[in-house]
Amino acid sequence: MGSLFTPLSWSDTGFILTGVWNTILISGLSIFVGSVLGVIVGFARAESNKYVNFLFGSVLDVLRSVPLIIQLVLFSTFMGVMGSPLPPFVAGTIILSLYTMAFMAEVFRGGFESVNNSMIIAGRSLGMTYWQTIRHVRFPIGLRSVFPAWLGVALSVIKDSALVSVIGYVELLRTSDQLISRTQQPLEILIGVGLFYFLISYPLSVYGRRIERKHAL
Amino acid sequence: MIKIENVRKSFGELEVLKGINLDVEQGEVLSIIGGSGSGKSTLLYCINAIENIQGGKIFVDGIDVHNKATNKDQLRQKLGMVFQQWNSFPHLTVLENVALAPQIVKKMSKEEAIEIAQKELKHVGLGDKFDMYPTKMSGGQQQRLAIARALAMRPDYMLFDEVTSALDPELVGEVLDTLRILREEGMTMICVTHEIAFAREVSDQVAFFHKGVIEEMGPPEQVISNPQKETTQAFLSKVLS
Ligand SMILES: Nc1ncnc2c1ncn2[C@@H]1O[C@H](COP(=O)(O)OP(=O)(O)OP(=O)(O)O)[C@@H](O)[C@H]1O
Ligand SMILES: [Mg+2]
Repeated sequence: MGSLFTPLSWSDTGFILTGVWNTILISGLSIFVGSVLGVIVGFARAESNKYVNFLFGSVLDVLRSVPLIIQLVLFSTFMGVMGSPLPPFVAGTIILSLYTMAFMAEVFRGGFESVNNSMIIAGRSLGMTYWQTIRHVRFPIGLRSVFPAWLGVALSVIKDSALVSVIGYVELLRTSDQLISRTQQPLEILIGVGLFYFLISYPLSVYGRRIERKHAL
Repeated sequence: MIKIENVRKSFGELEVLKGINLDVEQGEVLSIIGGSGSGKSTLLYCINAIENIQGGKIFVDGIDVHNKATNKDQLRQKLGMVFQQWNSFPHLTVLENVALAPQIVKKMSKEEAIEIAQKELKHVGLGDKFDMYPTKMSGGQQQRLAIARALAMRPDYMLFDEVTSALDPELVGEVLDTLRILREEGMTMICVTHEIAFAREVSDQVAFFHKGVIEEMGPPEQVISNPQKETTQAFLSKVLS
């Protein structure tokens, strides 16, 4: 009787690379969309009154405090029940982007609020319009100051993207899971996967620390 | 000409300016002195419409500043302002700080704006600091940068709000020297200041503010050297002692 299991081999490379690519794709996309939305919401929060803020703040609090895995399952099940099931990639990207946005909004809000109002008044006194002071003063100064915090959120999103596997998206973790059931070589595979996450994250965080040091001068 | 007619300004219940009347002719220097909270800064902010007013009128070259139809962004190009706390843009070099507004507000080409910026920086004695970042400069240098930044817009009037009072004493002189140069060149200026000797030296008129009204106004020989009102005398003897 032949073995039920077949060892890991070079022919699995393609399958693993698909997982790698899918992880990069969904995290990259979610970080991008989440950052763009985060800038907009963070700016709105920094500029608006406390009532608008209360509304925004509550929604963001929910997104930040309900575990991502629950949001993914709930959303994907809900869409299915409503009769318009979404492919795992789409559902995953939507939820991961919103989740990212909830953290990014607070990061950017802090950055925008840290820009001293006297600089905005100085801009206005030079004849700049409100939007010119936003574009040339508040944004560049605020965005620069939050880069390290932005990177921190982005790195955690790369790791959190593994959770999208629960709704059936074949990213790196799910790929490795399937390989583990087939090969029964969990050690090699999990070490490999862990190494992959490390290889993406580590250079980014080193880079972030370098930028931070440069700006701290 | 700046014409201020019976201007009233309140912050909520607190009335800060209680009917101010002032004229500043072309080429004149007006110094405003007075105690803390008397409304000096507030008046400057009202002149360039950073703050609104509740009564009266302000005219700059005949333009009704607080009229709804007035384009305030355009009006502010006539009025350069320098503040007590320096507020250079930290993400830009010294040269870029000065060249920014001419480019985005006056839509000048980059070359033109840089040429003007270089000229104004030399004007205030910062000709060797173009590529520096302002955060590495002293307070006195940052204030001169703020003056150059305002001058690059080619304003007709300059408003100075206690530009030396946040500086270390040894840095005050270089900034006052810059103001003296502007005065020599005939710039029309309103200077809120605590430097009484400087006000006596450069001003055509001095206005003494007290609790939101002008208590006494006239040439420095009168208001500073020979004040008529008791409040003025009390203020001067306190700041000069
Ligand atoms: N934005 C504001 N909101 C509420 N009150 C204000 C505001 N700005 C100024 N005030 C109040 O108005 C009064 C006049 O302030 P202003 O800054 O014009 O005084 P000042 O004469 O410039 O004093 P100083 O010499 O301390 O700078 C003060 O009582 C101040 O607390
Ligand atoms: Mg003041």
